[in-house]
Amino acid sequence: MRVKSKKPDLAEGDLTPMIDMTFQLIAFFMVLINFAQTESNDKVVLPSSQLVKPPEAPLDFAIILHVARDGEVILGGDSFTADTLSTGLKQELAVMRAEDKGPQDANIIIRAHQDTAAGDVQEIIKVAQDEQFVNFALRAKEDRS
Amino acid sequence: MKIRNKAEQEKQELNMTSMIDIVFLLLVFFVMTFKIVEMEGDFSIRMPLAGDSSAVSDPTDLPLKLRMRATPEGSLASMSLNEIDMGTDFTALRSQVLQLVGTGAPAEGNDGPEIEIDTDYNLRYAYIIEAITSVSGYKNGDEIIKLIEKVKFAKPRR
Repeated sequence: MRVKSKKPDLAEGDLTPMIDMTFQLIAFFMVLINFAQTESNDKVVLPSSQLVKPPEAPLDFAIILHVARDGEVILGGDSFTADTLSTGLKQELAVMRAEDKGPQDANIIIRAHQDTAAGDVQEIIKVAQDEQFVNFALRAKEDRS
Repeated sequence: MKIRNKAEQEKQELNMTSMIDIVFLLLVFFVMTFKIVEMEGDFSIRMPLAGDSSAVSDPTDLPLKLRMRATPEGSLASMSLNEIDMGTDFTALRSQVLQLVGTGAPAEGNDGPEIEIDTDYNLRYAYIIEAITSVSGYKNGDEIIKLIEKVKFAKPRR
């Protein structure tokens, strides 16, 4: 006698809870995603400080200088050294002059790596001072401990 | 007589596969691009070029001088505030500043005391930030008590 083997039915799992969870995850990541990462740079690990607070309003005419560990300065995607930085700052100044603003109105934000030599940062500040900039901000990350 | 609609009873089976594909793609995209945002803040410093005519001040208003010395590796060797040596203890620096400055709010039209940081060239920047943190205030619970808000740097030492 031939016995017909019964083919098992394809087990249909209930997908509803999985889809629920997946949508929740997507919603979570969508809300938290931050596209404004232009301010950060992979070469820079900021020092931390307990006293800094995130600014309530963004600084006017911010010029962000990233200072890597070896003293390399990154301004708007271009790489400079302390000696060549003045050309980059002059370009920024030209943009500001087009809006009738001078170097006194600008804020230079220095995002230096925590292991950079302090003297390199001083040199950069000096170059900016020579271009008549007066407002500086030393950026640090908030230490909540 | 009641007529049952047969079509109503049959459950419409949706094909979920393509939707789940897309949903997983979206999920992977968001997971990969996700980066925890670190809170950042600034120490604002107003520092015109030395020799500015407005920088002329009466001799009683001389800035405090913080001298920071580095080891050849860039670590902090010692520091001294107005020639008072403090070793590498930032708590001592803060209490020294408290003694010299006090917590009283600066008088009207006066920005308060000023400190000049004179550091060895190769000292790591993290120590500078720590020193600025120590001299510019301290946390009392959630409240920040400010000490010195005006910070400037001496000429770099080569």
